[in-house]
Amino acid sequence: MLTFLTRRIVVSVLVLLAASFLVYMLAANSGDPLSALRTSTSPNKAAELHQRSLQLHLNIPAPVRYFYWLWGVIQGIGGHLDLGTSVTGQPVTSMLSSAVGVTVQLLTASFILAIIFGVLIGITSALRQYSGYDYSVTFLAFLFFSLPSFFVAVILKAYVGIAFNNFLQDPTIATWLLIGLPLLSGLIWQGILGGDARKRLLTFAIAAVVTFGVLFYISATHWLNNPSLGLPVILVLGLGLGLLVVVLTTGIENRKSLYTAVVVVAIGALAYFGFDAISRSLNVWSVLGLGVVAIGVGVLVGYLFAGPDRWLSARTGGITALLVGGLIVVDRFMQDWQLYATQVVSGRPIATVGAATPNLSDVTHSFWIQGLDSFTHLLLPTLSLMLISLAGYSRYSRANLLDVLNQDYIRTARAKGLNERTVIMRHAFRNALIPLTTVIAFDIGALVGGAIITETVFAWSGMGVLFNNALQQTDVNALMGYFIVTGVIIVIFNIVADLLYSVLDPRIRVAV
Amino acid sequence: MSSLIPPPGRGGSSIDDNPSESEPPLGSGDAETSLTDGTQLPEGQAGNGSASRVDRAENAIELKEVEGRSQGAIVMRRFLRHRGAMISLAILVFIILVSLSSEGLDLLGIRVHGWWEWTWTDLASIQNAGRPTLSLIPEWLGGAGIRWGDHPFGQDSLGRDVFAEVMRGSQQSLMIVFVVGILCTIIGVVVGAVAGYFRGWVDSVLMRLTDVVLIIPLIVLTATLAHTYGASGSIVVAVVLALASWPQLARLVRGDVLGLREREFVDAARVAGASSGRIMFVHILPNAIGVIVVNTTLVMAATILTEAALGFLGFGVQPPDVSLGSIVFQYENAFDTRPWLFFSPTIFVVIIALTVNFIGDGLRDAFDPRQKRALNKAARKSAAAARAKASVRTQ
Repeated sequence: MLTFLTRRIVVSVLVLLAASFLVYMLAANSGDPLSALRTSTSPNKAAELHQRSLQLHLNIPAPVRYFYWLWGVIQGIGGHLDLGTSVTGQPVTSMLSSAVGVTVQLLTASFILAIIFGVLIGITSALRQYSGYDYSVTFLAFLFFSLPSFFVAVILKAYVGIAFNNFLQDPTIATWLLIGLPLLSGLIWQGILGGDARKRLLTFAIAAVVTFGVLFYISATHWLNNPSLGLPVILVLGLGLGLLVVVLTTGIENRKSLYTAVVVVAIGALAYFGFDAISRSLNVWSVLGLGVVAIGVGVLVGYLFAGPDRWLSARTGGITALLVGGLIVVDRFMQDWQLYATQVVSGRPIATVGAATPNLSDVTHSFWIQGLDSFTHLLLPTLSLMLISLAGYSRYSRANLLDVLNQDYIRTARAKGLNERTVIMRHAFRNALIPLTTVIAFDIGALVGGAIITETVFAWSGMGVLFNNALQQTDVNALMGYFIVTGVIIVIFNIVADLLYSVLDPRIRVAV
Repeated sequence: MSSLIPPPGRGGSSIDDNPSESEPPLGSGDAETSLTDGTQLPEGQAGNGSASRVDRAENAIELKEVEGRSQGAIVMRRFLRHRGAMISLAILVFIILVSLSSEGLDLLGIRVHGWWEWTWTDLASIQNAGRPTLSLIPEWLGGAGIRWGDHPFGQDSLGRDVFAEVMRGSQQSLMIVFVVGILCTIIGVVVGAVAGYFRGWVDSVLMRLTDVVLIIPLIVLTATLAHTYGASGSIVVAVVLALASWPQLARLVRGDVLGLREREFVDAARVAGASSGRIMFVHILPNAIGVIVVNTTLVMAATILTEAALGFLGFGVQPPDVSLGSIVFQYENAFDTRPWLFFSPTIFVVIIALTVNFIGDGLRDAFDPRQKRALNKAARKSAAAARAKASVRTQ
């Protein structure tokens, strides 16, 4: 394993070096880095030109200049990373440090959400193969697959962001939506859950009525302007989620697991009050720490319930605890929503420009307000990046699951009398995920590329915009800074995917 | 289409007179390690006892479909039956015809005018603030009636006709897509075949080369190249896009060739004295045709989006010529005042990408021996009946 890893890293570094040389030559060849300075009217233009070209090493030929740049990168190993200066005289490392944070935020959120939703949609449509739901999902996936990323971004910005902010001025849901959305939700749910006509009709009715009730409540109480969950809703949602976790992980007939989930939700309800009291003094790390504590408590509860396989209920407990904790945190964020929406952004909460409200840290240091601010700024760019890669993942996971369901071991599992849940969750689902690791690693490059467009539309000053400007100004060093960061990210993802693949699929042995 | 289909008898085993042959019927299935059990390969389990009789009945329809036909004919039939692909093909051909005929040609100095009264550079007088005159809602539904008008897609602030621009843009974008498809196939297939066939250091060098290209995000590579050379015409943009998009095809072809080169028919050809080139291109590659055709189509679908993205960033086709992407870039700031300048080209990008994707899906289904989707309702019903009959017989 170690030999494999070393070899893989060495090869990757060599490939990265070759690619960086290629990009450097292409970038250096793409124009005149001093063009902006040449048109300047300052009296000491000649001196400035001379000084700038010395600073950028323009007096030496590009292939040699590359090695100057490379030397700066190699020095990074010793802690003195030097990526050169941009055409405006700024050091590239300082330009990158702010841009990387912004882009990584955007990429991580959309990446994780795209995988989760893509897999969920793909799996459900594979299980309902050739149903109306499957065909609709397939068509939508093709449609999203065929949308240019700027189209999604521009549409979201104009018709979701701005329109939603207008809607918030008077958040009363129009009658046609109050009727249409419940019907749509009913249709979708009966498609996902399937069954015979009676069951479908029942699912349709329940989903439609519940959706209508929720929408009506939201509309009547102007909930969107002052959202909150409150203890009763947390309890109901928590129990629902706990039940879902139990059904998916162990099956409802595992009583110990069911009791674990209920007890965990009850503990969560108690913790709700404690959390409310200490929440003012929390920051992002302590919230994450509390999340870990919650998982620990959930695992402990499950473990103490013993049963035939205590780790099974421990797992249920852990997952349920995480979800309930998430609900409590969401509720806490909601409590500050009205303050944020009215005081900080004067009634137009969904941001369409930039990665954060400027000068927010002068106004407040509250973790909750800042979290809300990040959320409202991330929402639309993340959605637009997510929607596009989601389509691909849903297709891949659908195809993989269908492939796996045709395998002999699935027939064996069914033949030996396992119930459908165990066959799908334990035998089929896990194996269907394995090929996805390669696809995901492959896709990170496309995601990084897509971020260039998204950032341009939403005016984020991240890596994408940095690349765009660098290319327009023939700013070779800045462009190389962009490339080296994205290249390293892509290489790391590929290596991790390889390792993960060999861990997940014992048939694949890494070559020693 | 027919040039994509290998001549009968060459691409894998033809199964007409030989129903008990144990090989899968189609070339693309030969190559990959078959993950499915025998139930899906209709002729592979002839006479496997009573258990397989049900499966066989299930596949009776498909058996009938493949009987007495060459591989090319089977693939062709399946493709022609794929409704989505056929509709998409019709729409795509329609767009190609309209875009070519309405704006004519402007190629290598030859200038042929089309039937549309404006060209993409004409400045007409602005009517109705440049709003689109196209209307699709009939009067009895409260619309303005179904009419085409002088400027169906509207005009920009200079009076240029957007329909003319979009048609010229579609021409250019489609040209780019097809050039990329051809170049990409040539580079990808040659690199993949040589790497897979010779293995060893040739393979290592070529695969590291593809790694180098793959590690540079597509849009970064193409934007940098197109920014440098794009001004010399849209054909250059096409070459640039092709230079960046071949590695995936090369990898897939290599994988296929690696498997195929170990097969007996390759040994036979070698013993008969065929040269390496002949073995590669005459004996091995026709068996990989499915992978090549399907992935070329998918690359083409991705290309139209990449071209649009490049155009949107301002690095694609440069004025005075236009592509769909560059129209969007040109009018980026007019979105609030004249949204039709954004929507008309974008919708054409979406339609072209969608149709090419559907055609690719149809081709994949057509080349995939494991697919069963072609069964329509009536066929499914009769298959169910056949299955019921068979199960009665086995009891």
